[in-house]
Amino acid sequence: MMVKLFVDEKEIEVEEGSTVMQACEKTGAEIPRFCFHERLSIAGNCRMCLVALEGSPKPIASCAMPASEGMKVVTNSDSVKAAREGVMEFLLINHPLDCPICDQGGECDLQDQALFYGRGNTRYEESKRSVDNKPFGPLIKTTMTRCIHCTRCVRFMDEVAGVHELGAIGRGEDMEIITNSPSGLGGELSGNIIDLCPVGALTSAPYAFKARPWELSKTNSIDTLDALGSSIQIGSKNGQVLRVLPRLNEDINEEWLADKSRFAIDGLLNQRLDIPYKRNSKGKLEPCSWEEAFQIMTKVMNSLNPNEMASIVGGQACLESIVALKDVMDSLNVVNIDSRPILSKLPINKKERSGWLFNPKISGIEEIDNLLIIGSQPRYEAALLDARIRKAWLENNIQIARIGGGDQSSYPINELGNDADIIDKIFKGKHNYNKILDNSYKTLFLIGESVLNRKDGAGILGRIREIAKKYNNYTDDWNGIGVLHTEANRVGALEAGFVPGKNGFDTKGIIEGMKTKQIKLVWLLGYDEEITEKQSESFVIYQGHHGDKGAEFADLILPGSAYTEKNATYINTEGRVQRTYAAVPPPGNAKEDWKIIRAFSEYIGKTLPYNNIEQLRNRFERINKTFIAENSVIKSEVCDIGDTKIRLNKSEIKPLEINYFMTCPISRSSETMAKCSIAKNKLGI
Amino acid sequence: MSIRRPAVDDLQPKNFIFNKINTKKIDKILSNYPKEKKASALLPLLDLAQRQHDNWVPTAAMKCISDILSVPLIKVLEVATFYTMFNLEPVGKNLLQVCTTTPCWLRGSDDIVSTCKNKLGIDFGETSKDNNFTLLEVECLGACSNAPMVQINDDFYEDLNKDSMLKIIEDLQKGNKPKPGPQSKRLGSEPINIKAKLK
Repeated sequence: MMVKLFVDEKEIEVEEGSTVMQACEKTGAEIPRFCFHERLSIAGNCRMCLVALEGSPKPIASCAMPASEGMKVVTNSDSVKAAREGVMEFLLINHPLDCPICDQGGECDLQDQALFYGRGNTRYEESKRSVDNKPFGPLIKTTMTRCIHCTRCVRFMDEVAGVHELGAIGRGEDMEIITNSPSGLGGELSGNIIDLCPVGALTSAPYAFKARPWELSKTNSIDTLDALGSSIQIGSKNGQVLRVLPRLNEDINEEWLADKSRFAIDGLLNQRLDIPYKRNSKGKLEPCSWEEAFQIMTKVMNSLNPNEMASIVGGQACLESIVALKDVMDSLNVVNIDSRPILSKLPINKKERSGWLFNPKISGIEEIDNLLIIGSQPRYEAALLDARIRKAWLENNIQIARIGGGDQSSYPINELGNDADIIDKIFKGKHNYNKILDNSYKTLFLIGESVLNRKDGAGILGRIREIAKKYNNYTDDWNGIGVLHTEANRVGALEAGFVPGKNGFDTKGIIEGMKTKQIKLVWLLGYDEEITEKQSESFVIYQGHHGDKGAEFADLILPGSAYTEKNATYINTEGRVQRTYAAVPPPGNAKEDWKIIRAFSEYIGKTLPYNNIEQLRNRFERINKTFIAENSVIKSEVCDIGDTKIRLNKSEIKPLEINYFMTCPISRSSETMAKCSIAKNKLGI
Repeated sequence: MSIRRPAVDDLQPKNFIFNKINTKKIDKILSNYPKEKKASALLPLLDLAQRQHDNWVPTAAMKCISDILSVPLIKVLEVATFYTMFNLEPVGKNLLQVCTTTPCWLRGSDDIVSTCKNKLGIDFGETSKDNNFTLLEVECLGACSNAPMVQINDDFYEDLNKDSMLKIIEDLQKGNKPKPGPQSKRLGSEPINIKAKLK
């Protein structure tokens, strides 16, 4: 149903249920607002969006008034102007005139709107109120005297984040936004209230007084600290990344960003590898030149057989470097290569990519009516995906069940238990949960990485495939199996085929081979998982950007670039091909990763056939045509993934143990993330 | 209106539980609402807590209510700090709330205020030393036709003047309960002089 109304004498048709504000915007009339936000509930308390309505003696708040047939709205009359000026004058009564020392300056709604809709001067002579600052944790700096009580932060935390710790207490002049948790806000999304705050009451604590918005160079890029690949804008100044803001992307992050992605960037400055290192005769690392490093590598590699060499790539390595490294390894006939975590049973055949993709897509969560989480805590593994689940629960009242347990989240979870046996029972149709599956039309089976790291991972995957098939959730139209990765480019590495060749060792085999001296050289590309013992005999080359776990026991270190320093391709958990763009140069002598590999290939006499990134990306075409088109999604076919014949073992299903704030070299090097980690321990949730 | 915030920690009791009678009452109150909307019982429960706990609501009671209703504590705090009917600090046995909004003020609430202050020796927001009286200034309580008026605990005392106000306070000091309602001769809010009739 459409309703017809007039805005400034222009006729306009909007859908029934739209607000007057939406109708006004459709005609191009600009309506100022503070409290209204498209993704939050309507509060109608700032009164800035007043418009005149024929037949109404008083101006109306257009954000809260439903549009109805035949309304005659005026947005540009003198009375509307006067009304807005009045509201603005009231808002400014208690707002301090401290714009010169306010971090919001230059991107402040109040500043902008005071300029366009306010009076030029003030008539207020009494003293202003002042409000104590509040403990919002290590991420958010508060200056509550600046607050205009739009309650966007309260509504965001309640509705989107599902953390009920913010509230507006008192009334009238005494109203204050407070939190009842003394060591800061909980959850993984609290940073978004900084963006939502229309004034400078809530600003970024780590970014405090670092730069003005007009001084920052802005680079549109994507985030690589989880497997979602949220769209971000990197703000940099003088070769330093100073802040990260979300960009709108309905398919992935909507307009939010998780705290780690936003605040771990100070880790890009600490513990960086900015020059090649070699281990000298005393066992100490000492700086060397690129030439020397490549010569050492060539010497060692030439002395070894292909089956004595190996390579592992980590989850944050970009597709360019993975493809280049794979090409080098192929040219040397090295088959001991892997990109999967230790013990992982992820499929390696590209036909079975259903078994490694989040097939239903992140936005597909909004279509489902039933969700079964197996061995995952989406809250920590992909915080914004968790927010989608909450959204689906709020809007569509989906049922959520979980096998494997884990921390509470912002939606009710029906815990089925931790036994792997439960999956067997559901598979055989002998569990109560089968009734729920019977009664739902679209189920998503969210499989955590931990499940596929089990010995019987393929068995579980196979059974889930059969369960999904049985309930019509594994078809060409709706593939309800979603593997949730924790690393930005795990899918990319699998798609590039960085997996063991014929008779090649997998990650576990390589690491054990290092101990048994079967493997004498291993090239780690951004692989920073724990390899507990020092492997004295084998020669370890670590290529990466941080002096983290991997670099610790390396014999040779090749300094690479982090995601903010290179143009690179990443494929997120749903198979979406996305690119990062360099915002700042890599530090010191560090280079873009694919260039390092390309340069080395010349030394060993196997020069890779690409001289620039375009040629390298053209090489992608031979792997998968989808790789070239940014933002395209790799499609999976429905096929028999996993293996139902593998018996399930008795051990309990457990999600990955994750400290959300410290999951990768960047976040582990970040001081802000360390503070968050401490605050979270204090909160105890 | 004074700033409404929970009392300082020293005044707060550590624990609060509803007594047996009130627990039964809570069941009855909850039965008024659909199960999934039990948060609606927030106001009656806060009132019940206040009545059980010497006419003020401690934070422990809010916590207790938030558990009963599965409402986040902060939401209970929001409501409790919004409504002036909830006392967030200890108050005297008799809570005198003097209306000073325009109709009462026109009819002489200034006299009532000064009478109370002089007689009790306390200012607005204070409690007498014997813990018998707390004096508060409030906005309109909706009894304008019988202005000026004072609310003492649950009762309205209307059509006041200096003398009747004094008498009420004296009665209360003696431990008696004065008769609520208009202190003039009229019944309810009927006209004072001409008894008009519907024709």
